[in-house]
Amino acid sequence: METILGIDLPTLWFLVIGGLITGYGVLDGFDLGAGALHLFFNKEESRRIALNAIGPVWDGNEVWLVISGGALFAGFPLLYGTILSTFYVPFMLFLVALIFRAISIEFRSKETMAWWRKMWDISYMASSTLITLLLGLILGNLIHGLPFNEKHEFTGNLLTFFNPYSILIAFTTLSLFMLHGAIYLVMKTENRLYAKLTVLVNNCSKFFILCFILASMSTLIYIPHMTDQFKEYPWLFAIPLLAVLTVLNIKRNIDSRKYFTAFVFSSCITAMLLILFAIGLYPNIIISTTDPANSISIYHAASSPKALRIMLLIAAIGTPLVLSYTIFVFWTFRGKVKLNEMSY
Amino acid sequence: MPSVEILSRIQFAFTIAFHYIYPPLSIGLGLCLVIMEGLYLRTGKKMYEDITRFWIKIFALIFGIGVATGIVMEFEFGTNWAVYSRYVGDIFGSALAAEGIFAFALESGFLGILLFGWNRVSKGVHFFSTIMVALGSMFSAVWIVIANSWQQTPTGYVIEGEGMQARAIITDFWEMVFNPSSMDRLSHVIIGAFLAGSFLVMSVAAWYIIKKRFVTAAQAMFKVGLCVATIAALAQLFTGHRSAHYVSKYQPAKLAAMEGHYDSSAVAPMYIVGWVDNKTGKTTGIKIPGGLSFLTHGSFNAPVTGLNAFPKADRPSAVNFVFQTYHIMISIGMFLIALTLTATFLLWKKKLFSQKWLMTIFVWAVMLPQIANQVGWYSAEVGRQPWVVYGLLRTSDALSKEVKAEQVIFSLVLFSLVYTLLLVLFLYLLNKKIVHGPEMTPNEEDDSDEFSKRNIKQLQA
Repeated sequence: METILGIDLPTLWFLVIGGLITGYGVLDGFDLGAGALHLFFNKEESRRIALNAIGPVWDGNEVWLVISGGALFAGFPLLYGTILSTFYVPFMLFLVALIFRAISIEFRSKETMAWWRKMWDISYMASSTLITLLLGLILGNLIHGLPFNEKHEFTGNLLTFFNPYSILIAFTTLSLFMLHGAIYLVMKTENRLYAKLTVLVNNCSKFFILCFILASMSTLIYIPHMTDQFKEYPWLFAIPLLAVLTVLNIKRNIDSRKYFTAFVFSSCITAMLLILFAIGLYPNIIISTTDPANSISIYHAASSPKALRIMLLIAAIGTPLVLSYTIFVFWTFRGKVKLNEMSY
Repeated sequence: MPSVEILSRIQFAFTIAFHYIYPPLSIGLGLCLVIMEGLYLRTGKKMYEDITRFWIKIFALIFGIGVATGIVMEFEFGTNWAVYSRYVGDIFGSALAAEGIFAFALESGFLGILLFGWNRVSKGVHFFSTIMVALGSMFSAVWIVIANSWQQTPTGYVIEGEGMQARAIITDFWEMVFNPSSMDRLSHVIIGAFLAGSFLVMSVAAWYIIKKRFVTAAQAMFKVGLCVATIAALAQLFTGHRSAHYVSKYQPAKLAAMEGHYDSSAVAPMYIVGWVDNKTGKTTGIKIPGGLSFLTHGSFNAPVTGLNAFPKADRPSAVNFVFQTYHIMISIGMFLIALTLTATFLLWKKKLFSQKWLMTIFVWAVMLPQIANQVGWYSAEVGRQPWVVYGLLRTSDALSKEVKAEQVIFSLVLFSLVYTLLLVLFLYLLNKKIVHGPEMTPNEEDDSDEFSKRNIKQLQA
C-alpha cells in the first residue's frame, strides 16, 4: 500500500479528520459550553456580554464542523453514509438545534421586549446543550459499538443509542464544554460578571472531574476493545497519564486564577480525549457488537488512493489558510468584551 | 404510507429550495457591498459608509440563515442518501470538502470583522474583509456547482466494483472540475445570484424613494444595484444560451423535456408559452418553428432527438413540470433585461427617480430573480431524473438502506415547522431593518430622511 512518511494513506486521512474534529471540539466547544451556561447569568447586561464574547467567532468555529463533515465524506464515504443514516434521528435533532442556536444568537438583540429576549435566551441555552449532548451520545455509541449486520446495516433502533455508557459520555462532553466555555468567558469578562464566573468555573471543574473519573473507569471496565491497542503498545499509556496530569493542571490554574493557561489545558484535554478514542477505535470507526467481522475499518471505507492524495493536498493548502484567519479574527477581538452599537 | 424514496426526495427538494433563497442573495449582496464600500474609500463620503453598514447588517441576517440551512444540506447526503454518498464520495466529497475549507471558512472567518470590526481594524482591512466575504460566497458557489455539474455531465472518473458495490473513482481532478457543463452552469448560477442581490438593493432603494426617505442614499444604492443588474441581466442571456447548448449536447432527454419534444424525426420548435400532455406526447402553445433545431444543430430544418428515443424508465416523467419551470425562467430573464434597460435609459435621461410607476415595479421585482433562480434549478434537477448521477446512478438506488419512512416523515415534519418559523422571522426582521433604514450621519448635505428631520426639529424645538 502507498505510504507517505511511512504512514499509509487511509491512516493519514484518519489523522487529518481527527485533527479537524479536534479543531471543532476545541473551538466550537467553548462557545457551545458558553451557551449551555447562558441561563446562569441573570442580568440582561451579563447575558449580552456573554453572547458578545462569542459573537465574532462562533460562526468561524462552526466552519470546522462543516470541514470535518466534508473530509469524512471525501475520505471515507462509506462511513459517512453509514454513520449519518444510522444516527438519523439524532443527527436531524442536531441539525435543527444548530439552526435554533444560530438564529437565537442572531435574532435575540433585534427586539427589546423582555419576553423576546428571554425566549431566545432559553432557545440558545437549550440548543447549545442539546448539540453537545447529541455529539457526546453519538461519540459514546461509536466507542461502545452498535449492532450491524453483514451488509454493514444498522439493525437496532432509536432506543439502542440510549445505553448507560453513551449517556455518560454525553454528560462528560457537556461537562467538558461547560468548563471550557466558562474558562473562556472568565477571560473575556470583568467586574461582577467576572466574579460570578470564577465561582462558576470552579463548579464546572468539579463537575468535569467527576464525569472524567466515571467515564475513564467505565471505559476501562466495560469497553474492553478500547484498551486492546494500549496492551499491544504499552508506551501509549503515557497519553492517559498525561490526560490525568492535564486535568489536575486545569484545576491548579483555576485555583491560582491563571485562566489563559487553564484554557490552554482545557483545549489540550479536549484534544487528548479525542486522541484516546481515536487510538482505541483505530483502524475501525464503526464497531459491530453482533460480529466483529461486520465492523467498518478505515481501509474498508477509504476513497481511492488518488482521491486521498488530492484531498491531502487540498487539506495541506487549506488548513493553514483557515488557521491563519482564525488566528487573525481571535487577535482582532482579543481582550475583554466591550458592548457598543454594533454588538448583539 | 409514501415510499422512503419519495419522502426523501421531497425532503431534499424542500430543504434545498428553502436554502437556495439565501445564498444567491448573499452572493449578489456581497458584490454590491464591495462596490459600496469601494465607493466610500474612493470618495470618502460618509454616506457610502452609512449605506455599507446598513447593508452589512442585512447581509448578516441573510448569511446567518443561509449557513444554518446550508449545514443541513451537507449532512443530508449522508442521512438520506447513503448509497449515493458511497458511490460519489471519491469525487463529490472532494468538491464539498474544498467548499468548506476554501470558501465557507473564508466567508465565516471574515464576517466577524465585517460586523463587529468597524472600530477595531483600519478602513483598508475592513474593505479587504468585505472582499474576502464576497469572494468566499462566490467560491462556495464554484465548488457546489462543480459538484452538481459532475452529476449532470460526469467526467474524469472510472466505475469500480459491480452491482450495489459499484462506485465512481476519480481519475483526473481537473477533468472532474472542468467537466463539460461546469463552467457554463457556474456562470449562469453566479450571474443569477448577482441579479437576486442587486434586485434586493434596488427594491429597498425604490421603496425609500417612493416614501421620500434617505433620498440621496437611496439613489446611490439604486445606482449600484442597477449597474450590477443591467450587466448581469444581459450577460445571463449569453450564459443561458451556453447552458442550453450544453444540455442539448450532453443531456438530450432533459432538453427534449424542457421543450416538450417527443418525436426524434421531427424538426423541433421553441415555445414561448405552452402546455405538455405527457400521456399523449403532445405539446401545444405559441412557438418559434425550428427554434430548438437551430439551438441544437444551427439549422432550422434539422430533426432533434425527442423523448420517444429514450425508454420510459430512462427519461424524466414530469415533462410538463420541466417545461413550465424552464419557460418561466426564460420569460423572467427576458423581462429583467427589458426592465433594467428601461431603467438605465431613464437614468441616463435623468428621469428615472421621478417615475413612480417604475419604482413601484422595482419594489416588487425583487421576487423575480428569486423565482427564476428557483425554477431554473427545478428544471435542471427534475430534468435529470430518473438519474441522480446522469446515466450512472438512479435516484431510486441512491437511498440510505436502513432509514425508514417514519423517520423521514419525522424529519420532514420537523423541517417544515422549523423552516416556516424561520421564514416568518426572517421576513419580519428584514422588514423591520428596512423600515428602520440606514443610520445616516447627520449634517451630510441633504440626506433627507423626512422622519429623522422631523425628529431633529422636534428635539430642537
